[in-house]
Amino acid sequence: MSGRIKPVTTIALIFFLVSAVGPLLVSSWATLFALILAKGIVVLGIILLLQAGQVSFGHAMFFATGAYTAAFWGKYVGGGDIVLFIALGGITSAVFGLIVGLFVVRYREIFFGMLNLAFSMVLWSLLEKMFHYTNGADGIRVPRPALLGLSFTPETFQYVILYVSLLIAVVAFYGVQRYLDSPLGHMLRAIKSNETRLEYLGTSARRVLLIGYVISAFLGGIGGTLVAIIQQIATPEFGFWTKSGEFVFIAILGGSAHAFGAFAGAAMFECVRFYAAAHLADTWQLILGVVLIVIILYAPNGLIALRQRYGQAKQGGH
Amino acid sequence: MQFLKAAVAAGLVVVTFTGTSLAQSKPSELKIGITTFLSGPASVFGVPAKAAAEMIAEDLNKKGGIGGVPVKLSFIDEGAGGEALVSNYRRVVQDEKVDATFASISSGSCTQLVPVAEDLKVMNFMWDCGAASILETKKYRYNFRTQANGTPEMLAVLLYLLKTKPDFKTIAVVNQDYAWGRESWEIFSTALKAMKPDVQVVAELFPKFGAPDYSTEVSRLLALRPDVVLTTSWGGDLDTLVRQAGQRGLLQQSTFVLGIGESSIQRLGKDLPEGLIVGARGDHWFLHPEKKNDAAFKAFNEAFKAKTGAWPIYPVYHMAQAFKALQTAYDKAIKSNGGNWPTREQVVDATGGTEFATGFGRPITLRPEDNQGLEAQLVGVTKSVPGYDFKLLDNIMIFDPKMITNPAGVRSVEWLKTLKPDFVKMDVPTFKAQ
Amino acid sequence: MNSTLAILAILDGISYAALVFLVSVGLSLIFGVLRVVNVAHGSLYAFGAYLAATFSLAIAPISPWLTYPALLAASIVIGVVCGGFIERFLLRPLSGQEDVLQLLITFAAFMIMDNLQRLIWGVQPIFAAEPLRLLPNVAVFGVSYTSYQVILLPGVALATLFGLRYFLRRTLLGAVILAVTEDREASTAIGIDAKRVYFVTFVIGASLAALGGALASPTTSLVPGMGADMIVLSFAVAATAGLGQIEGTALTALMIGLTRAFVIYLQPEFEVLVPYLLMVLVLLVRPFGLFGAVQVRKI
Repeated sequence: MSGRIKPVTTIALIFFLVSAVGPLLVSSWATLFALILAKGIVVLGIILLLQAGQVSFGHAMFFATGAYTAAFWGKYVGGGDIVLFIALGGITSAVFGLIVGLFVVRYREIFFGMLNLAFSMVLWSLLEKMFHYTNGADGIRVPRPALLGLSFTPETFQYVILYVSLLIAVVAFYGVQRYLDSPLGHMLRAIKSNETRLEYLGTSARRVLLIGYVISAFLGGIGGTLVAIIQQIATPEFGFWTKSGEFVFIAILGGSAHAFGAFAGAAMFECVRFYAAAHLADTWQLILGVVLIVIILYAPNGLIALRQRYGQAKQGGH
Repeated sequence: MQFLKAAVAAGLVVVTFTGTSLAQSKPSELKIGITTFLSGPASVFGVPAKAAAEMIAEDLNKKGGIGGVPVKLSFIDEGAGGEALVSNYRRVVQDEKVDATFASISSGSCTQLVPVAEDLKVMNFMWDCGAASILETKKYRYNFRTQANGTPEMLAVLLYLLKTKPDFKTIAVVNQDYAWGRESWEIFSTALKAMKPDVQVVAELFPKFGAPDYSTEVSRLLALRPDVVLTTSWGGDLDTLVRQAGQRGLLQQSTFVLGIGESSIQRLGKDLPEGLIVGARGDHWFLHPEKKNDAAFKAFNEAFKAKTGAWPIYPVYHMAQAFKALQTAYDKAIKSNGGNWPTREQVVDATGGTEFATGFGRPITLRPEDNQGLEAQLVGVTKSVPGYDFKLLDNIMIFDPKMITNPAGVRSVEWLKTLKPDFVKMDVPTFKAQ
Repeated sequence: MNSTLAILAILDGISYAALVFLVSVGLSLIFGVLRVVNVAHGSLYAFGAYLAATFSLAIAPISPWLTYPALLAASIVIGVVCGGFIERFLLRPLSGQEDVLQLLITFAAFMIMDNLQRLIWGVQPIFAAEPLRLLPNVAVFGVSYTSYQVILLPGVALATLFGLRYFLRRTLLGAVILAVTEDREASTAIGIDAKRVYFVTFVIGASLAALGGALASPTTSLVPGMGADMIVLSFAVAATAGLGQIEGTALTALMIGLTRAFVIYLQPEFEVLVPYLLMVLVLLVRPFGLFGAVQVRKI
């Protein structure tokens, strides 16, 4: 499945356009789309690792790192700016990703997944138990930050954060797709198809994977920071294993062959959750579970592949 | 940047447009958004409260609604997780355009939603959450708490303990590890240290929220033999703790204080022995000693029991308080607006300082300085009574909120530190079972 | 901490370890044979607990002693029905596909079961302590324990451990399972029906998870969300031991149970952290687990 199929790019453009315009018509979409975009950014990182055949069942640790970076700044330093938060969240997560990555890139498949899970659960327990620093299970509030020194009214702010998320999402989307098409991206894929050959070519598979891992941690951190700003809170739940599962879920739902899969999956996931929670009260998990099973059994390459399969060009995934 | 500015401007236009479309004429219905737990462990509070809300709304509409306008409810599940909660709250306020919201049960949800309500300029009643700090750190315009907070709730329980068992020397605590568990212990222990400094705290245990097993904690307490064991746990956690402690004789060995145990009494049934001190987060008890012969109170309780199969618990009465507060505020606003339907801002103006009475307990005042409700506190001790397959409360004391709530502007913990041993000697009416 | 408290902590640790072992060993067994991490394992545990409570609440009025067979029956029903369904209709169609899909489909099963559990049994805590009340308490240094927790649970865990050993090493079906684990192609070539082996193994593993839940049901309140906590704990135990290691799982469960108990006595703040910290430390040094051997696959 080469990722350079034109219709996907067209749909991606339509999707980003809808996220830009839709919320102007329906104001409650602002937060919904901001969340979709922020989660899509995290899932881009998962898709990156999936190229190498590695599944991280602990990626929520970077998501939580990003979120808590903003939260701690608000709590211990005070004030803050969206740009600062995102930069800090991204950098902290990347550094954390580098440290964890140095350990985990030595392992593959289930061992890679397990070790990631273990690290994330340690982080989760610390966030949960260090009550006096992290406020425990209730989490830390993230006060509404300014943007480049400008503060906004709450009504405007939801649009500000939406467009900031959109901007980052587009850049990340483009960047990840470029990365996947670059030699480094192909080497990442080679880890999945034939790691030994990669080593014979004189490339260190670990180094290739580590670079991918750090980028994916970076994206996870940015996504986490955005979600914390959107929701104005960071809780240990952000780092729990079910959150990691959710990200992998979204990646598979959307499809990992193309960077757009991240956003298609996130849109589907959040919309089902949002509308099912609103109208069917207590069955959203059930519905999502069934959707996932159908996708895995009948379209294992995800939503984006569905469209390729049936050659349909129209559908923004929402 | 240009694009961003244009988009923001466009967003503003939409928002302003929807903002000014407020009608002064009498609406066809008064919409209320209610957040409550419909899933997760706290649904032990949320599900009965939802049933109560539906019952009260139906009854209210039968009598003509609020100011002649029927009420319409939308529910939001607090258990669906923070993301879903905030986005659904925004949806209910922005799309469904509710006139007021009641949010929430969990202090975590309140902390999340209170600033959102303030942002969206929608009147919100914190109808059940107990964290005192929310209203102590900031003065809000749109947020009110229609019940007490953790400080008087825990202080009442402690005063009851000091009045009835003045000689204890050691105490241990087993609380859930989250804000309420930690804060309630901070309140309790601070006040205890101020009023009875010679008591020794022998163990502070904070098992994980939702922990399935307390065997080790029970063993440790059995070995430590504290005179008093305090727990402010609730729901499945409290059930498990009480049963595991009961099976191994810990309930008999130490005096147990269940800070908010009123909500678990019926479920625990015969597993709850006599002699435990039980708090109720307000003066809530389906056999409230001052109200139990009141026809309306009895009718409400009977109807609730018929609908849900259980007698009301404190969240049910808290829900009734939120409705009563809303009704009283609207009536007040309509009156001061010359009988015309008030704007939302006029209603908010009218809400501060409101005194309202559900008839299910003593009247409550919304203190205008910090929008905190002043609510009486009921504490009792468990006792077997023929005719009931669960324990009832005996030797009930009802505490006056004015005496046990910290003054506005003074933070709870600071105020508790100033209490003196004499404070215990306050006069409190005691009600014995017949 | 004196020696009396140490003995109390050991007793608490053992009874906790017994439950954790039952759940983890099922997970480990399934992984050993099918190479699938069953994320729905925690839900099977929860379903086992709920069904056992339903059964024992229904049968206790007839005769309280019948609650014991009811616990067993509930775990077999869940193992066969739910476990069988997951293997046959979710995992089997994916055999030969990427691991992540198999893992994720069990994640989907987890979400569905978590939701179904609320729809079937509601959200109010359920408690069915009848089996526990039947057995007397025992006193150790003046501290009372329920014999259900300090004798029965460890007894069942030991019986399971030795039963599994016997089954795998001494019976034909067990030998077949081992053969498929060692080399699927070769076993298929000599006429072993690998599909059937997978099915049977999954059902056994699922029944063990449900048994863990059923045995836990008299001691705890059944609440929504109980499965999500159990799966990661049992996973931590299984991974620390080395996936597929049965005896190793028992020792690791014991180790984690004891550490946890001592931590609660000495430094209760770190209780939640213990299993995960151990898991990280062990996996960093020995990625195949404490008892796992590189490449050699054992069950």
